[in-house]
Amino acid sequence: MNRDALLSKLWVTAVWGVVTLFVLNLGAMIATVIVNSFGTRWFGTWLPPSFTTHWYTDAWAEFQLGDVLLVTFQIVGLVVLFSGLLGVPAAYALARREFPGKRLILLLFLLPLMVPPITFGIPLASVLYKAGFAGSMSGVVLANLVPTVPFVILVMVPFIEQIDPRVEDAARVFGAGTFKLFTHVLLPLLAPGILAALLLVLVRTIAMFELTFFTAGPSSQTLVVALYYAVYAAGVRAGQSIDAMAVIYMLTTLIWLLVALRFVNPTQIVTRAKRETA
Amino acid sequence: MALAPHDFRRLRLDGVSRDFGSFNALKDVTLDVARGEFIALLGPSGCGKSTALNCLAGLLTLSSGAIWLDETRVDRLKPEDRGFGMVFQNYALFPHMTVRRNVGFGLAMQGRRRAEIAKKVDAALALVRLQGQVEKLPGQLSGGQQQRVAIARAIVIEPPLVLMDEPLSNLDAKLRLEMRAEIRRIHDLVGSTTIYVTHDQDEALSLADRVVVLREGRVRQIGTPEELYARPLHADVAEFMGYRNVVASRATPTGNGASRVAIGDATLLGTPVDAREGQVVIAFRPDDLTPRADGPIAATVTAAEYRGRDFFGKAATSAGTELYFRSEQKVAPGEAIRLGVDPNRLLIYADGAL
Amino acid sequence: MSTVSIPAARERAEERRDLRQWLALRGIDGVTLLLAPAAIFTLALFVYPFLYGLVLSFRPNEGDWLGNYRTFFTDPFLHTTIYKTLWLALPATFINIIASVPVAMRVRLMKRQRLLTTILVVPITLGTVLIAEGLLNYLGPQGWFNRVLMSIGLISSPIRLVHNYWGTLISLIISGFPFTFLLTLSYVTGIDPSLEQAAATLGAKPWERFRHIFLPLLVPGFAITFALTFVQMFSVFPSAVLLGEPAGETRVISIAAYTAAYEQYNDSMAAAIAMIMGAVQLVIVSIVLGLRGAFYRGPANTAKG
Repeated sequence: MNRDALLSKLWVTAVWGVVTLFVLNLGAMIATVIVNSFGTRWFGTWLPPSFTTHWYTDAWAEFQLGDVLLVTFQIVGLVVLFSGLLGVPAAYALARREFPGKRLILLLFLLPLMVPPITFGIPLASVLYKAGFAGSMSGVVLANLVPTVPFVILVMVPFIEQIDPRVEDAARVFGAGTFKLFTHVLLPLLAPGILAALLLVLVRTIAMFELTFFTAGPSSQTLVVALYYAVYAAGVRAGQSIDAMAVIYMLTTLIWLLVALRFVNPTQIVTRAKRETA
Repeated sequence: MALAPHDFRRLRLDGVSRDFGSFNALKDVTLDVARGEFIALLGPSGCGKSTALNCLAGLLTLSSGAIWLDETRVDRLKPEDRGFGMVFQNYALFPHMTVRRNVGFGLAMQGRRRAEIAKKVDAALALVRLQGQVEKLPGQLSGGQQQRVAIARAIVIEPPLVLMDEPLSNLDAKLRLEMRAEIRRIHDLVGSTTIYVTHDQDEALSLADRVVVLREGRVRQIGTPEELYARPLHADVAEFMGYRNVVASRATPTGNGASRVAIGDATLLGTPVDAREGQVVIAFRPDDLTPRADGPIAATVTAAEYRGRDFFGKAATSAGTELYFRSEQKVAPGEAIRLGVDPNRLLIYADGAL
Repeated sequence: MSTVSIPAARERAEERRDLRQWLALRGIDGVTLLLAPAAIFTLALFVYPFLYGLVLSFRPNEGDWLGNYRTFFTDPFLHTTIYKTLWLALPATFINIIASVPVAMRVRLMKRQRLLTTILVVPITLGTVLIAEGLLNYLGPQGWFNRVLMSIGLISSPIRLVHNYWGTLISLIISGFPFTFLLTLSYVTGIDPSLEQAAATLGAKPWERFRHIFLPLLVPGFAITFALTFVQMFSVFPSAVLLGEPAGETRVISIAAYTAAYEQYNDSMAAAIAMIMGAVQLVIVSIVLGLRGAFYRGPANTAKG
């Protein structure tokens, strides 16, 4: 009995030890980037000898971060808007109607989330190029919409399903036409779910690298793609200004993550299409 | 460390309490159970009966108090070390194991040999009358069959104590009555000691040797079904046991043990239980309130339900008090009647329950 | 208006009404059509490019219809990318799944999981590019990781963790573990807790409960977790370039596709490589899901009669 209890305690300690190590290393990694971005120079010592903020102003100018941020938020904003406009009505239709071929349609919407972005991103980039969207912001928006529209649908369908359809029936019985039904009954009930879904789309699109990378031109890069190019050409530029840019990127993602978490469970950022097969 | 069956004389809950944060789910529950008894824990939702059962099983730790099996203190033991059998409300059958493996699971955990396990499993399944289904998965069985498997799984390990958590609540009415009889039959056959949680007073009265009525975490009364039916000790217990007529009143003792009470203009005699004068609450069953020519209560019938051999009715006094009564003759709404109840069936309680 | 057209018009109106009723009975009406924009969009921008890519891959710049594929499998610089990618993706997937199980089993017992899950979601929101940059700093020869190991005496000179296989693998694990963990956690918590309680009352110790109850019920979920994680790991790209050795050790298949498309301007070859990438993922996922079929596949709660 004692041996069991001892082994059990050892096991628990080991597991928590691994988790702590993971979190510590993660934190240290982030801290390295932050510290480096504030250091005058850093080589061969535990911490930089002195600190400065000039790397930030340097990076802002050198990488044209003002423009990049503007472009990023324009792109992300459009992606959020259109994934909502396309996804929410589709989710409503899927939640409220059974029809032949529904499973096929569900599969259709599931595929872009299961196939990784690179596999369909390269052919997609070719098609967009042929259609004349090469390197433009609209091309980037279109490419990013491919995984986000299904994501909104898959997040919203269970949400809508849990609204009792008889509430809508009641509204109709008491005289609400479709438009009034939508504005007075559905929208208020769906608002939290839509907000959650769109915030998740926002967070995921800011961090979405591959699709933007393959479809963007020099004037339509999002921040994450600009960061990639900066790191890629790292030999040429000072590491600290790259890290300054990295910190700015981290801030944008983490701020929106914190906002999103007020409305959403962290697991929803990740588990999109997973549902146990009944 | 499972104790050998029937190898104890009594189970004792001693001042058992359990809190969840600031919520006291169980307060100072004390109970003695003799070997072989069938005890029902009865009460409305939230009264703590399931909490008590989970504490007995070891699935919850006690906030204070102790649980003794003879001279051994068991409340510090983990559930896997107590050796009690438990039947869960949703059966908790392992969905990936056949009936045979489900029922034999406890024996397998004890490390018994395959041949022995097979023998005991067959015996247990014969006992619950479910032979011939051994290779099926729980998903292929009906609710009643799953029930029987759950019971077999709990008794096959020959535990000193069998714990049942509202096992019949997921069955339809007819099956419930059938399984109720089965559960008692198995208990008698095996000679086990059973603790049975339910919110259904019919179930408790028909199954148990003794009933423990709980309310808001406290024990309100422990007694035989007859005692609880005829002589509830408190107004809230009476109400729960079917004394649907509960009226506030004033009592005046008569000097020979009885007291006089009033319902509106009517004066009746009643039997004091825990109060004999002053502000009281009187309780009597609808069955005991019948139309009589010389009945003291004048009322108008407001509703009447035909039940085959009698009528179940509602009547209102001139003061507006609503009473439930039983009548062998037909009554119709709007009719004026006179109602009466025998003094020894009208119980007088102190006002302010708990 | 002639006397013929009135009954004809009424007939047409009736036909339309019948058609609409017939459709409505099958669940197709105005509401159903709300999904048309999203469906058309997905068809146009996902299915069509995929098919376009497939067809394009069979129209190489030179050679017959199998030209691209032949080139791929005969050029070692190209076909070794599959093995290099698998050599990164498979260990990363296994490590992530095996590590996620004990952690998920522990976290499921925690009352305040949200803080921990929030911390673990951070790598996903930061994304692979930032993690690559961070690890370049952190795991570099002058970075804190090596410094700490040296100062506690575990190593005497910095170990090489950047611009090689190891850096990329570590980056994959960091960016992939949260996803795997959250999936596993949802499977673990989806198992009816009363099953574990029942096993406990029947005498099963914690390890026995895991082995007899949780493990068999989790295996079907593991298959899906494996499939989703593997697909993600196999598409490794920025970490292999920034943190690995894109010309050698970590020349993964996505780099080959990128090179074909944007450096050699050979769209057809790039499409072929993308198709091969998809095919390899499909094969491995099918194997895993096929194995899953051999295990219990029902719901992980007790069946109600």
